[in-house]
This record gives sequence, C-alpha cells and structure tokens, in this order.
Amino acid sequence: MKATVVVFPGSNCDSDCFNVMKDVMKADVQYVWHKEASLPKCDLVILPGGFSYGDYLRTGAIARFSPVMKAVKDHADQGRLLIGICNGFQILLEAGLLPGAMLRNKTLSFICKHVWLRTDDTNNPFTNKFKKGQTILIPIAHGEGNYTCDDATLKGLQDQNQIVFRYSSEAGKTGEEFNPNGSRDDIAGILNQKRNVLGMMPHPERSSEQVLGGSDGKQIWESLLVSVKS
Amino acid sequence: MYNAVVNVTLKKSVLDPQGQTVLHALESLGFKDAKKVRVGKYFEVAIDAKDHKSAEDRIKAMCDQLLINPVIEEYTYDLKEAR
Repeated sequence: MKATVVVFPGSNCDSDCFNVMKDVMKADVQYVWHKEASLPKCDLVILPGGFSYGDYLRTGAIARFSPVMKAVKDHADQGRLLIGICNGFQILLEAGLLPGAMLRNKTLSFICKHVWLRTDDTNNPFTNKFKKGQTILIPIAHGEGNYTCDDATLKGLQDQNQIVFRYSSEAGKTGEEFNPNGSRDDIAGILNQKRNVLGMMPHPERSSEQVLGGSDGKQIWESLLVSVKS
Repeated sequence: MYNAVVNVTLKKSVLDPQGQTVLHALESLGFKDAKKVRVGKYFEVAIDAKDHKSAEDRIKAMCDQLLINPVIEEYTYDLKEAR
C-alpha cells in the first residue's frame, strides 16, 4: 500500500499516522506539505488530526484553501481512498468532500478519552475486516466533534449506509450517555456517497499498537490493505 | 472605501451549546429575565469598492465563500461608506 500523509501548519497527528503506516502496516508512506500543488500517485491519502491554522475562523476552514487540497479532491474524484481523522474530518466537511458541519462539543470542553464505537457499516474499504455491529475502543481528542447536518442530509446518510461509526456502549447500545460530544444520531464517522472517503473524529492511529493501550484501530488499516490489494 | 460589519449566528435550527451555557450562567447570576442567548461572531471588513452596489456584491461573496459556513450559520451585514 502506498500512502501519503498531508501536513498542514498545526497538524499534530501526522507523525502518528506516518508511524502506523510505516512501522505497523509496513506501507510505503511519505509526507506531503500542504503547499504542494500535487500528490504522489498513491492508494491512500490521510488528512491527520491537529489544529490546522490554529483553528482560526472555524476548524478546517482555512486548510480547505491550501494548495494541496485541489490534488486531494482530484485523488478522491478518481475513486482512490481518503481518510480524514479529527481535524482531517473537519477539513473534509469544510471542503465539501463530506456533508455536514461541526459544532462545539455539547459540554463546551475539549474531551480527551477512550470511547466505544459501534461499526454500523462494513460494506466499504475502511471497515471490511469488521463484523457489523462490532464495538471498538478508540481515543477521541477534540473540542468540536459535535457533528450536525440538516434532516435531508441525515436521511441520505442513513438510507445509503454512510454512517460507519456511532458512539455507543461497549455492548453496542447507543444513547445520550454514550455520546461524548452531542453529535447528531451519535455519528462518529461517515462516508461519502461513493464510499471512498471516510471522516471520523476518533483516532485509530493512536490505537493501532498494544503498547499504546489498545490496537482496535489497526483493523481500519488492515481493511484498507485488503481493499488496495483486491 | 466602504466598511462592512457582518454579524454571524448559528441558524435557528441549529442548537447553540455555547449560547445555552451562557444562558445558564446568566440565570445562576440572578438574571432570571434572560430567556434566550445565541452566541455569534462579528467581522469588520474594509472594502475598496467604487460604489455601494459593488461593495455589497463583494461582502456577500466573502461571506458565502469563507466567512460563514452555510450549513450551520447565517449572517446579516451593514454597509457604510467610510468617511
């Protein structure tokens, strides 16, 4: 698998993503600075977490205009794989590559903890190694993960099985008490209609090695490996 | 030169967690008459334009392309010629 990690000013999970790709998944990975106008031809582009442009104006709002974003969009338009994690998800929303927007967490506080996610769709390149309904423990670390969209968009996401991860209990029960940020329909991660772009607030790259306290996130990279090979 | 003042708020249909927290804080301070709070953003933009109409077109374009996110926010603006 060939992967590219895009680095924006203020990205802070780029090394984590790079490390997982290189040392855990043994992938061929490289960094690309946001000022580049093109991307190397690769299977997977990762928009990492962080605070691109200091979260000025709105999270992800300025990064959308980085020169590299046109190449990122072209990469996705060609049907190749793109994942945005945390701030990367926020950038995908601002760039219009995924529908909806982020609001401040309902508690208004920055939340940094492990949460359970229920896998509600496995018919996509990111979760094909999962069992439907499988729960995984993945850390979140964000102040604005309160996903929102209008009713028509939500219905579209539900009807086309674009909601991949929902916040839940360990047993897979959803409800307000298991939703850390107040996101609509307990959404933690969504796909685009073509199912080759995933945005998620939780950090699989921080949970892909047992030494970091858990490796549930590794299954996402393993799924991608399967998709790329097939 | 024109000066535009843009006020941005979350759409009525979007829950405003910040506004609700501020409302609760006001209530706990004894401001029982405060019934609703929406927290927003404020921009001042100086625009080099030849007339009112073109300044208006520009501020609208700026709002639509960058200053606001139409998924969650709405805005009003006030435009005056600079003296």
